[in-house]
Amino acid sequence: MKEHIVIIGNGISGVTAARHIRKLSDKRITIVSGETDYFFSRTALMYIYMGHMKFEHTQPYENWFWEKNRINLKKGYVNNIETATKTLHFAEGDTLNYDKLIIATGSKPNKFGWPGQDLDGVMGMYHKQDLENLEKHAPNNKACKRAVIVGGGLIGIELAEMLNSRKIPVTFLVREDSFWNGVLPKGESQMINRHIKNHHIDLRLSSNLKEIKSDENGKVKSIIIQETGEEIICDVVGLTAGVAPNIDFIKSSNIELGRGVKVNRYLETNVPDVYAIGDCAEQHEGIDGRRPIEAVWYTGRMMGETLAQTICGNRIQYKPGHWFNSAKFLDIEYQTYGWVFASPRDGEAHFHWKHSDDTKCITVCYDTKTNAFLGINTFGIRMRHEVFDKWLTEGRDVDYVINNLPEANFDPEFYSHYEADILKAYNKQPQTV
Amino acid sequence: MSNKINNSMSLAKPDAVDISNKQKVALAIGVIGLFILALALFNVNFPNKGLFLTLSLSLISVGIVVYARDAYLTKLEGIKNDGVWFKSISSRGAWGWIVGVILTTFYIILYFFPKYLGLGSDGAENTGLVGLFDPLSKLLSGRAASQWFVYGALYTVAILAFGYKFILKYRHNRYQQVRTISVMFFQLGFAFLIPEFMYVMNSDLPYYDLKSMWPLNYYIFDEWSVKGFLSNGNIGLALILFGIITIFVISPILTYKFGKRWYCSWVCGCGGLAETAGDSFRQLSSKKMSAWKLERWLIHTVLVFSVVMTVAMVYTYLGYDSNNFWLTRGLFIVLVIAFLSLVFAGVMFFKGKELGKDAKLGAIGYLVVIALLLVMHFTGTTEQIFFIKGGALRSAYGLYIGSIFSGVIGTGFYPILGSRSWCRFGCPMAAILGFQQRLFSKFRITTNGGQCISCGNCSNSCEMGIDVRAYAQKGENIVRSSCVGCGVCSAVCPRGVLKLENDSMEGRINPTDVLLGNDVDLMDLVNKK
Ligand SMILES: Cc1cc2nc3c(=O)[nH]c(=O)nc-3n(C[C@H](O)[C@H](O)[C@H](O)COP(=O)(O)OP(=O)(O)OC[C@H]3O[C@@H](n4cnc5c(N)ncnc54)[C@H](O)[C@@H]3O)c2cc1C
Ligand code: SF4
Ligand code: SF4
Repeated sequence: MKEHIVIIGNGISGVTAARHIRKLSDKRITIVSGETDYFFSRTALMYIYMGHMKFEHTQPYENWFWEKNRINLKKGYVNNIETATKTLHFAEGDTLNYDKLIIATGSKPNKFGWPGQDLDGVMGMYHKQDLENLEKHAPNNKACKRAVIVGGGLIGIELAEMLNSRKIPVTFLVREDSFWNGVLPKGESQMINRHIKNHHIDLRLSSNLKEIKSDENGKVKSIIIQETGEEIICDVVGLTAGVAPNIDFIKSSNIELGRGVKVNRYLETNVPDVYAIGDCAEQHEGIDGRRPIEAVWYTGRMMGETLAQTICGNRIQYKPGHWFNSAKFLDIEYQTYGWVFASPRDGEAHFHWKHSDDTKCITVCYDTKTNAFLGINTFGIRMRHEVFDKWLTEGRDVDYVINNLPEANFDPEFYSHYEADILKAYNKQPQTV
Repeated sequence: MSNKINNSMSLAKPDAVDISNKQKVALAIGVIGLFILALALFNVNFPNKGLFLTLSLSLISVGIVVYARDAYLTKLEGIKNDGVWFKSISSRGAWGWIVGVILTTFYIILYFFPKYLGLGSDGAENTGLVGLFDPLSKLLSGRAASQWFVYGALYTVAILAFGYKFILKYRHNRYQQVRTISVMFFQLGFAFLIPEFMYVMNSDLPYYDLKSMWPLNYYIFDEWSVKGFLSNGNIGLALILFGIITIFVISPILTYKFGKRWYCSWVCGCGGLAETAGDSFRQLSSKKMSAWKLERWLIHTVLVFSVVMTVAMVYTYLGYDSNNFWLTRGLFIVLVIAFLSLVFAGVMFFKGKELGKDAKLGAIGYLVVIALLLVMHFTGTTEQIFFIKGGALRSAYGLYIGSIFSGVIGTGFYPILGSRSWCRFGCPMAAILGFQQRLFSKFRITTNGGQCISCGNCSNSCEMGIDVRAYAQKGENIVRSSCVGCGVCSAVCPRGVLKLENDSMEGRINPTDVLLGNDVDLMDLVNKK
């Protein structure tokens, strides 16, 4: 009998692992998911609600793809993993045996025990079911006169954009005193604050949720802000205060858990033949300044690519290269390469440039002693991943990077260029010795 | 979600993304303009045709302009795709079908029953719609309008007004603006005005849209056309030489440097209409693998048809005797076969490996053409080729490809098949340019390392039905013969993943298994082939 690889989770990490295992071997592969029949892009959920795409357009592979590549799909929710007999028990009552198990169950939205967090009309924005729920409670601005979003991160601002597209008034509660300033340096974060307000979103900084109040039918009626005690009448509450690994069903097994499923650099858990990848995996120690849990799209993909090698006999460590990421804040695109922290750490400094139209800026982080280039954040200007990856590997210094920025520009043809401006601003800085 | 996805068939759709009152007024203004045209069509005899024509075209344009300004200028710059899959007109809903049927009917009447548009036959005065356009035609060239003049004028108005809308929609994107201004310029100047002025200067010259090339203007080598040019002395000769040079010299050079986009989305009128008036329908093109397969068969079949048809046309009016004219039938066939063989051998020699499986299909295509030409030469008589009258082949091409495919289906079906179905499935010009773009061009869409999040916005808005995401999520550059370089995939990508570029041919196609950002050792191990 061929070895049977079972993957729980049909997200980017599980599906990438399956595809690469198929490329490298003839093993039997089964992907299990309780969410959808076929793989779809979670990152595109917002565009369905906004009417840019239909759900089927978010599926990167056509439905025949799976059979053609002999990847079995099973819809079902795993309740319990029994590692001694290598058996999965499903909520639907049936079981499935595996030879090797890959846990790729992703995340779930955080809920911090707020009073009223399970009322009708309160939802996270992670699974397809959340989107369906939102469609039910916020189909238009007549059924939903106001929505409140709790938590100012990447998903929070996407949800704000979604609701805005249907002209539903949004109040956006952000705990910090400036949007996402645990990650973004001050100049950038404040620019985004202004951009959010320009979109007529009611941004409330330094505001925590105290409780969600119910009407007589168990549906949201209003929320109370902790700091001011203000009550805001609303029909929908979006909880977007971060995500956590989706691993509750594993607690009954002997697989070691921390916040996520604990794995070593080979993505192996403490139990032989059980692996974990993607959002739900937790490294014993963060790799090269990365967090132990990396809940981003491309790391899930890279873990899948790596683990496929290991499973097919080429045991290899998960070694992500230089950190990079991207996002979009309403109309402003954001990219980052290398490390730029919210405020410079010891021995680091930031160079910040902002365009006068208030939609473009960059921040470059460098080492004050060696002048080494450490990372860049760019807003409203596209940059070339390949070039920054090369510069980081070559250990270029900040002067070199600023002087050669045109090489890294990735904006469409005919766009205005700002490199000369940036260079001028850079040369004008007071010299720090 | 269920309540949203299926409601687009309803006409009185209580939708989430409604249009504003101002937009409703704008729509009404435009409809009044169209209504004047409809009245003319039903033979209402307007007293002052010039006035009513001006009124009608102005109302249509003003409606579109006001609508666009309210839709885009009231919002911050950025991507404006909210609700395209909710709106009935842009999601194959009831309005989509209604508009599709109206457009299709219009094309059928235009091509096959122009008398219902009011075209006067046998020297009779124009009436109806064509009559309404007489004043404009007389103003420009002094002659009465024809159905083609009406069509050209409406076509130009559509490109100009919807082009304005498109420019506002992408007011943050200079690439989109520049190329839209370019198609507006070429439509107004080259396709519409210049031919009229050429007529004024020399009324014997056949209609010649300088920017249109064979095989798009498949009729340029017809006997009447060639004779028409040649009988007009130097200017005619210059024009037909210009036609030949554009095909064999100018076009290959530009395509090498910039990809086929220099033509398809900067110059061409069919492309221009698709990009402007058709913009609301671009997301409707099918991205299925099966559609791609169909596309490759169809478009290359049309190409073979057009090559054979053109050669046959020229062949029929050449003679046997080299004393009369140096180019005889025999010599002509030999030259054509030699040229095709040269191209074929060159491609196989330089690019055979890169083509892989496609090389076989290319060889089949080549052999079919050669076989057809030989059959034609050895079985043909003075009257007949392929055992039918010479002209019949040409008429069949004109009817099925020139009219039904490019007009009725290509444009009439915008709201059903998406805006570029002619460019994608039928245009032989696109096939030739695409062939070159795939093999000998610096153009590609570069994928930005590992930044793609597989969201699908790019594929969704590709009017040519290219599954852009399939490449981007693998970190591969997009080098596809069908890409017209409209740049909309790059514009809508929320992660800055795609860039249209002309760079060196080296490393243009970069198949990858593991993407940038990964462990360097793993990338080396897996990506080396
Ligand atoms: C709205 C939104 C926008 C995002 N945007 C970005 C972005 O722009 N860039 C970026 O890098 N990242 C983004 N992310 C994060 C990114 O989507 C995740 O990091 C990624 O999807 C994680 O993939 P995964 O394969 O680990 O898990 P998931 O995609 O979460 O897939 C796990 C699957 O397993 C299923 N499952 C879980 N438990 C069980 C069980 N017991 N039985 C059966 N099935 C189970 C789940 O239902 C789910 O289908 C976004 C996330 C969201 C929600
Ligand atoms: S290339 Fe851009 S638009 Fe296309 S799938 Fe990737 S992230 Fe989305
Ligand atoms: S791939 Fe992009 S540039 Fe090419 S035709 Fe499609 S959308 Fe336009």
